[in-house]
Amino acid sequence: MNFEIPNFMLAMPEIFVLGMACFILILDLFLSERSRVVTYLLTQATLVGAFLLSLGLYSSARELTFSDSFVLDPMASVLKLAVYAAVFMVLLYSRRYLRERGMFRGEFFVLGLFGVLGMMVMISAHSLLTIYMGLELLSLSMYAMVAMQRDSRVAAEAAMKYFILGAMASAMLLYGMSMIYGVTGSLELGEVSAAVAGQGSQLILIFGLVFLMVGVAFKLGAVPFHMWVPDVYHGASTAVTLYISTAPKLAAFAMLMRLLVDGLGALQPQWHDILLLLAILSLGIGNVVAIAQTNIKRMLAYSGISHVGFLLLGVLSGSPEGYAAGMFYAIVYVLMGLGGFGMVILMSRAGFEADQLEDYKGLNERSPWFALMMMFLMFSMAGVPPFIGFWAKLSVLQAVVDANMVWLAAVAVLFSVIGAFYYLRLIKLMYFDGPLELSPFRPSPDVALLFSVNALAVLLIGLFPSSLMAICRQAMGL
Amino acid sequence: MFEIVENFLLGLGLWPWLATLVVTLLQIMLVMVPLLLSVAYLTYAERKVIGFMQIRIGPNRVGFFGKPLWGLGQPIADAVKLMFKEIIIPGGADKFLFLIAPVLSMAPALAAWAVVPFGSEMVLADIDASLLYVLAITSIGVYGVIIAGWASNSKYAFLGAMRSAAQIVSYEIAMGFALVGVLMAAGSINIGDIVRGQGGAYGLLNWYFIPLFPLFIIYFISGVAETNRAPFDVAEGESEIVAGFHVEYSGMTFAVFFLAEYANMILISMLAALMFLGGWLSPLPASWIPELALFDLALGDGIHWLLAKTALFLFFFLWFRATFPRYRYDQIMRLGWKVFIPITIVWLLVVGLFIMGGLAPWFDAA
Amino acid sequence: MSFEQILFYLFSGVLVLSAGAVITVRNPVHAAMFLVLCFVTTSALWLLLEAEFLAITLVLVYVGAVMVLFLFVVMMLDINLARMREGFARYLPIGGIVAATAVGIMGLAVGRINFGLDVWPAPPARAADYSNTRELGEQLYTTYVYPFEIASVVLLVAIVAAIALTLRTRPGTRYQKIEEQVVVKKSDRLRVVQLESEGRK
Repeated sequence: MNFEIPNFMLAMPEIFVLGMACFILILDLFLSERSRVVTYLLTQATLVGAFLLSLGLYSSARELTFSDSFVLDPMASVLKLAVYAAVFMVLLYSRRYLRERGMFRGEFFVLGLFGVLGMMVMISAHSLLTIYMGLELLSLSMYAMVAMQRDSRVAAEAAMKYFILGAMASAMLLYGMSMIYGVTGSLELGEVSAAVAGQGSQLILIFGLVFLMVGVAFKLGAVPFHMWVPDVYHGASTAVTLYISTAPKLAAFAMLMRLLVDGLGALQPQWHDILLLLAILSLGIGNVVAIAQTNIKRMLAYSGISHVGFLLLGVLSGSPEGYAAGMFYAIVYVLMGLGGFGMVILMSRAGFEADQLEDYKGLNERSPWFALMMMFLMFSMAGVPPFIGFWAKLSVLQAVVDANMVWLAAVAVLFSVIGAFYYLRLIKLMYFDGPLELSPFRPSPDVALLFSVNALAVLLIGLFPSSLMAICRQAMGL
Repeated sequence: MFEIVENFLLGLGLWPWLATLVVTLLQIMLVMVPLLLSVAYLTYAERKVIGFMQIRIGPNRVGFFGKPLWGLGQPIADAVKLMFKEIIIPGGADKFLFLIAPVLSMAPALAAWAVVPFGSEMVLADIDASLLYVLAITSIGVYGVIIAGWASNSKYAFLGAMRSAAQIVSYEIAMGFALVGVLMAAGSINIGDIVRGQGGAYGLLNWYFIPLFPLFIIYFISGVAETNRAPFDVAEGESEIVAGFHVEYSGMTFAVFFLAEYANMILISMLAALMFLGGWLSPLPASWIPELALFDLALGDGIHWLLAKTALFLFFFLWFRATFPRYRYDQIMRLGWKVFIPITIVWLLVVGLFIMGGLAPWFDAA
Repeated sequence: MSFEQILFYLFSGVLVLSAGAVITVRNPVHAAMFLVLCFVTTSALWLLLEAEFLAITLVLVYVGAVMVLFLFVVMMLDINLARMREGFARYLPIGGIVAATAVGIMGLAVGRINFGLDVWPAPPARAADYSNTRELGEQLYTTYVYPFEIASVVLLVAIVAAIALTLRTRPGTRYQKIEEQVVVKKSDRLRVVQLESEGRK
């Protein structure tokens, strides 16, 4: 048989992360409780190393290897870099949080790294099989991380819900993949794409597409497959919420792009309609239900659902500009989500989770600086210029209008305006209500610094959005 | 030989499928009847051997034709006694599962013999993945134990079943890994090919037990644990939980469990002989055997070597029982998970290096 | 009907019946045993497809290990079946609709239109010396090496997760420290004391 030795160089970041994860797993067994910080530092070093490796491998060419089941293109490189950066920040945010709750354990970091590996596999996947394996790797790590807080009933419940619903979604995805495999006779996306283009829209392909979409929508948390999102975000400890609400969205976006654009590009008219429904529902339900929340984690969860709706708008416009806008939106959402849940971590301390909206009352009196930073983040999420969230929404809307769907853009804007209500309500609580507790606010310096940097980045990139936009456009071959 | 029988039957005017069926049944009988006889006499051997080890005589009264004959009639008498005993079904027992459990334990113990080769051409079904088949079929045997324990509606039986299930599943891993070493060495998962891979100019030095020594030891000990034999017999530990999973069984149902256990012992012994001790191959190098028909028959390759090696392992089984005190349950688990599995994994790496280095005289052919 | 067809329908029939029994029998242990039966008959169907490696592995892994552990858990739990069945009649219509749709889709998907013999010709029978195991191994370690390795990582994560979630050291638990037991010397445990012998009075 003819077999080509794969080009291992292209997968060097994956191999590096895997090797380091195994090394850390073993090393951690020999560390005492007090030197556990070594595990943490090594994990961060791994992410930095992977970042450098991926940066070194960046090229505008598109290369396939491992019998065409692995692809390295600019989109993969950019998304991977964003994943490393996001997870790096997540771990930075959550170090003190974990330590205060006795969760500063080696397994947390190892599972985090394996999750990163899963995201990398998904981002670089070029066959149905690799997409699925990467997804399982990521999901399994996340289920375990949610359940890690064993003594909390809410966390156990969240983990159970997440696991069962996630397993269902995986099964749906796999079922859809098996149908597509059955018709096209190949798992490799290039061949799938060619076969689909040759056969046109057969009924069975549509069924396969529908099942795929269920799986993908679940992972993205798009309505009507969003039920797990608020419960899991709420139940998991904030550090884990921070992890699962940010970087995996990038991987899910990549999965969406690989499956729909690379694999089933010929079925664009069909998946366009499905995405349209998902997007409108996500925008509507996400924004409206978020208003009714009193828990900030749940509120951010519903806000995340509405952001996913926007992200889908970018993809459904079906043009490279739209894809670039979607990718831009995904990266921006991750940055804002980091800030949003970072704020919850910042406010929390041992024995106090700071996850009620009331806990933010009168923050301005206790700490004007952090109130200002949070205002930046809320404005950005609401899409107020000149923050980055505005540009993300604008580029998506532009792509939608370019695709001759002005009414859709109008609907999206309408729901954003509804959504602005709950962001502004938080600002109102911080600035115009009296504080519930009068003790001065003393966050730990490292988280405070990181949070300030994160919030200022939202403003600064918002002032100069063109470079990030250019990167996204280049990644989509524009 | 069987072609002659088949042709004879066809000559009688039988339908071809019926002739095939008759011949196949004949072949199965040819394996099963000696096997069941061996099982019967293994119980006798056990009592005799342990008796001698403990400076007793063992059974010596029941013989044939009115003569004691060292008690050789004992197994037959036991069998007759068990057959005529009443089968008692405990109240609250799950009747169907209670009765099917002995069958579930016996059937795999017999079905595994379908692929065991007794000589280079003497095998019932020479399937490609015979080693995997044996592993798969023997792994079903544990259901008999679990179901028996659960269906009896008895605490002791249930405890025994739980112990046994955990133990068997744990040791199956070590056992499987040990066999992975063998199939790596042989480059085949056909038991016949594995035996042929151990042939060579040096006789017993060519057998796999030398390069795979740790795996050989682990395989056999795991085999003892898999069959719930002393010193791993916590599943029936009579001093703790009376008789474990089969405490509620009597008469023939009990006898079937008994038969299955001994059939499994013979199977494990024969597999150990096939995998590690060269099966039917002669321990003497071919060049040492004088070129005389009689010598060749006695010292050359043949089924008698396989039977002798199997008997050696069976003797070990009995010897263990007479020698070792019973392991404690947590010690069994520790031995399986923390000692055996790591050793097998490390040794698989070593075997890989041996193969890459073409270590003579075992791995230089490929 | 050829012999293979008879076998196929026999095993398929048993498979469908036992799968139905898994969800309808009242006793959880019986349900687990029916699931075992499902696996065994599925394995037989695979054997009919000449996929002996997959067939044997199915029995080895699912019947021999997974279901044993499953049964282990089912037997240990005291499952209240009456409570579990409470909503059965209520959910039956919805469940029935979903099941019927799923069966319909499956019929469409794997029916004659897509997988008829004119679309996918029957695979040629393999020669007697064809080794399914070897072919699978070669494919796994060449074409599919990347997903195969990721699968191993998934299993590793499962181990790590299972241990992280269940291993908990309670204060006050007594452990046997094997290494300390092994290195113990006579002098650590035993002190020979010279005692003055007392004379008889």
